[in-house]
Amino acid sequence: MPMTALLVGDDALLIEVGSGAEAQSLHAELVRRRAEGSLTVREIVPAARTVLLDGLDDPARRAAELTTAEFPRTPPRARAAIELPVRYDGPDLADVAAHWGVSEREVARIHAGTEFTVAFCGFAPGFGYLTGLPARYDVPRRATPRTAVPAGAVALAGPYTGVYPRSSPGGWQLIGTTEAVLWDHARVPAALLAPGTRVRFVPVGDA
Amino acid sequence: MTDRALVVVRAGALTTVQDRGRSGHAHLGVPRSGALDAPAAALVNRLAGNPPEAAVLETTLNGCALRPRSAVVVAVAGAPCPVWVGGRPAAWGAPVTVPAGELLEVGAVVSGVRSYVAVSGGIAVEPVLGSRATDLLSGLGPAPLTDGTVLPLGAPAGPHARVDVAPQPSPPAELVLRVTPGPRADWFTPEAFRVFTSRAYRVSSASNRIGLRTEGPALERARPGELPSEGMVLGAVQVPPDGRPVVFLADHPTTGGYPVIAVVRTADLPAAAQAAPGIPVRFLAVRRR
Repeated sequence: MPMTALLVGDDALLIEVGSGAEAQSLHAELVRRRAEGSLTVREIVPAARTVLLDGLDDPARRAAELTTAEFPRTPPRARAAIELPVRYDGPDLADVAAHWGVSEREVARIHAGTEFTVAFCGFAPGFGYLTGLPARYDVPRRATPRTAVPAGAVALAGPYTGVYPRSSPGGWQLIGTTEAVLWDHARVPAALLAPGTRVRFVPVGDA
Repeated sequence: MTDRALVVVRAGALTTVQDRGRSGHAHLGVPRSGALDAPAAALVNRLAGNPPEAAVLETTLNGCALRPRSAVVVAVAGAPCPVWVGGRPAAWGAPVTVPAGELLEVGAVVSGVRSYVAVSGGIAVEPVLGSRATDLLSGLGPAPLTDGTVLPLGAPAGPHARVDVAPQPSPPAELVLRVTPGPRADWFTPEAFRVFTSRAYRVSSASNRIGLRTEGPALERARPGELPSEGMVLGAVQVPPDGRPVVFLADHPTTGGYPVIAVVRTADLPAAAQAAPGIPVRFLAVRRR
């Protein structure tokens, strides 16, 4: 896959690829290389179109090596999907239905019928940016962010679905609620969702 | 039985527990956190006879007051400040014994921003993801200290260092931050990069553990809009829509969408932690090592 490696300070490298799917497969491959011992790095941070390697000994050499190497274009299939119980009862469900041009019930059916992948995490510990919905279902952020979105809120913004791990301000469109605990630092692992994790939302109740 | 604990009598403006942080979890959205002036934190641990990973206290501008329930050795360094034990002046930057029940007072800084207080045995709050550091961005680790907080102490590791005076850099009168360009310098006009690396900025009072904010000429963008979110490093100089550079410090977000014009050398970040609001800042372009 075509990639550009940008040097970041003295010991990091930002590798840019053409799509989110390529970033996911590049991330999976880099994690695999670290596990087998051929890559020594402190952090591997995937994001929308990039993977950051932070804490490298010789980033310039790595840059040359990585951009000429062959990478698989599609990520390996992760283990079975994690199922998150969800009530499609969010206050922005009607707005999202209007954006999609379908009924609220249909929003729930389409969302629950999609298999998502955690593309990357950020914003807060345990907050995953989940991809999987077709591009026609992209939605804008709310014009005015909420000062408090409750923990467990299932929300949409742009191409992503996310679940708020704890109460925080937020501008995403809220379509539902889950009881799943996304982040518990006393649990191992603390984060329910990590990059590469597959996710399904399973409707509960009568919504 | 000795009661290894420390009572916080006066918490000060912002006093947090810090250690070397929790790097290795950025892919989960977890900031690295940890002492902003890492060499000062390492020094007070050495003076108090602690291992380098022991948790210390990081104060902000006006110090704190602490009462240990058993005799401890403490060391205060980082931003210079007066130190008193039981109302009597005590040494800064050297091991000091505080008898059980006596009051240790760490005064307001003479210069700089953050003083560090190590207590023999280390602050023994429960670690989160391998670190006891307070992360003010994500709320991991213990809450900032409040008056009356009781902090558990670990068992002392061994004899404290036999050092009378530990040499330390003075807090900067002018902060010079060496930067290497990129990864998104091309999002700015060539003129903007010249302005960035030649004009004077000042440390903004809105600075905190997340970032050193600056006041000065706005940097003009060559491209509008936001980047898709990408991973951020310590020392990244992010430029938000107002055009004023922000230097990411230990509690910085792990990903972000504003372009990073340059990255500050890690070795220059401890000085940034001690640069008080109003101090002049110069960004000096250097070649990548």
